Amino acid sequence: MIRDITLGQYYPIGSPIHRLDPRTKLAGTLIFIIALFVAKGLWAYIIATIFLGAVIRVSKVPLSYMVRGLKSIVILLLFSVVFNIFFIRDGVVLVQIGFITITAGGLIQAAYMAVRLIYLIIGSTLMTLTTTPNDLTDGLEKSLGFMKKIHVPVHEIAMMMSIALRFIPILIEETDKIMKAQMARGADFESGNLIQKAKAMVPLLVPLFISAFRRASDLAMAMEARCYHGGDGRTKMKPLRYQKNDKIAYGILLFFLVLMILLRLVG
Amino acid sequence: MNKIIKIAKLIYEYTKYGEEGDVVGKTRAIDDVSLEIEKGDFVAILGHNGSGKSTLAKHLNAIFLPTEGTVWLGEMDTKDTDHIWDIRQRAGMVFQNPDNQIIANVVEEDVAFGPENLGVPSMEIWERVEKSLKAVGMTAYRRQSPNKLSGGQKQRVAIAGVVAMKPDCIIMDEPTAMLDPHGRAEVIETVEELNRTEGITVVLITHYMEEVIHANRVIVMDDGKLVMDGTPREIFSQVEKLKSYRLDVPQMTELAYELKKEGLPLRDGILTVQELVDELCQYV
Repeated sequence: MIRDITLGQYYPIGSPIHRLDPRTKLAGTLIFIIALFVAKGLWAYIIATIFLGAVIRVSKVPLSYMVRGLKSIVILLLFSVVFNIFFIRDGVVLVQIGFITITAGGLIQAAYMAVRLIYLIIGSTLMTLTTTPNDLTDGLEKSLGFMKKIHVPVHEIAMMMSIALRFIPILIEETDKIMKAQMARGADFESGNLIQKAKAMVPLLVPLFISAFRRASDLAMAMEARCYHGGDGRTKMKPLRYQKNDKIAYGILLFFLVLMILLRLVG
Repeated sequence: MNKIIKIAKLIYEYTKYGEEGDVVGKTRAIDDVSLEIEKGDFVAILGHNGSGKSTLAKHLNAIFLPTEGTVWLGEMDTKDTDHIWDIRQRAGMVFQNPDNQIIANVVEEDVAFGPENLGVPSMEIWERVEKSLKAVGMTAYRRQSPNKLSGGQKQRVAIAGVVAMKPDCIIMDEPTAMLDPHGRAEVIETVEELNRTEGITVVLITHYMEEVIHANRVIVMDDGKLVMDGTPREIFSQVEKLKSYRLDVPQMTELAYELKKEGLPLRDGILTVQELVDELCQYV
């Protein structure tokens, strides 16, 4: 059934990583990314690999799920590798054909760059795999709370995100219904070239938009009837609170970051 | 006398606009309605489409404000913007479309939405959610996504969401119009139960006659005016008058009415199968 679709790519399984506060996971991802860019030298990469491997292991998410996330960046990956190989001239010259020069330093740099990008994607995929979209929204709302001071409507944005998450399956179902109703009356969504297909979508989008607006207006009334008046003075049923595990996680993360910085300074 | 809702000479008009945004005319959706509702009552408001019954309901919790006249909820005038959130807390509202009134992605979080807005402390929200879900019999579904529930279940979640705000009064604006017969029965039973055990005043807007039988007061509206007011038995004794307002009567009332027209000396205002059976048995 279409209503059963999971949004995002949450992998539902209980693990210590899943149970961490979403803010910890957001901060963790950020620290991991910073550490990757600080990393220099073979040892730094080995430590990063061990760290990432350990986190994946604890999260109990199969590695294949993370590899799937890499598909989208294959082209980017190839580009950066090729550029690094051809344009960095450092160390022993290995190959020289005409204007193409490949050096040992270039190869090493290209390899590091590839590993860095792959780890970056795996690291952030891991966060979305272990955090539900709702938790993620909550975490973002709370950790970006300071931006309220510069008049960024953080609460409102978070509320919109979570409402969008709730209505996506409903709207998909509705699209399906409208499509079937129109196909029953002879509409053709399948054949023709791209432009014809796009044109066939217009009569689908118009009723869909009208219904979405009607739903939005109903929902706004229902929210006001239940005393919704913005984020001020609002309490939470499940307020985010750091647990013992979160403190441990922060400790490990900081240790990891410091180690990476030290390795850079030494190396 | 303990009146929870007082409506005095309520008039509500809205302006009709033409294609270019020019004023075409004014429509009077509610025309000089005065009404008082007692605490703990189960009041049903009947009316044909466009009779103004939904508009009237939306005045009770200050979603619409009167053009003329006044609506009081308890001691509060709905026009008083200082009390708007108090009014909406005390008069909760359940709407027609079950999908368009559920906000959160998890049942229990949706029930918590009202109390969260009121600034209730977290611990108390948990208690209220627990109690409300129990009151509507949806505790088993508390961690599910509302998308997976049936229409009747969704409406029960919506009712729980209102109950969690601890209202004095629940206004139901055609809550069963989009449900199948099973879902309808589910929702009406839940509401009756709340009215009976918690003493919550219920105002039920509907056009299904079978749902009205258990109310202790029925109000009929037509063309923005209040045209009939009484117990279900009183109202449904006047079959012809109801038909003139384009309203049906419950099936058994209809049957008894037809039998009576054919010459059987039945009494007026028969509502249920059992009553008709008892009545008929006297003549066997």
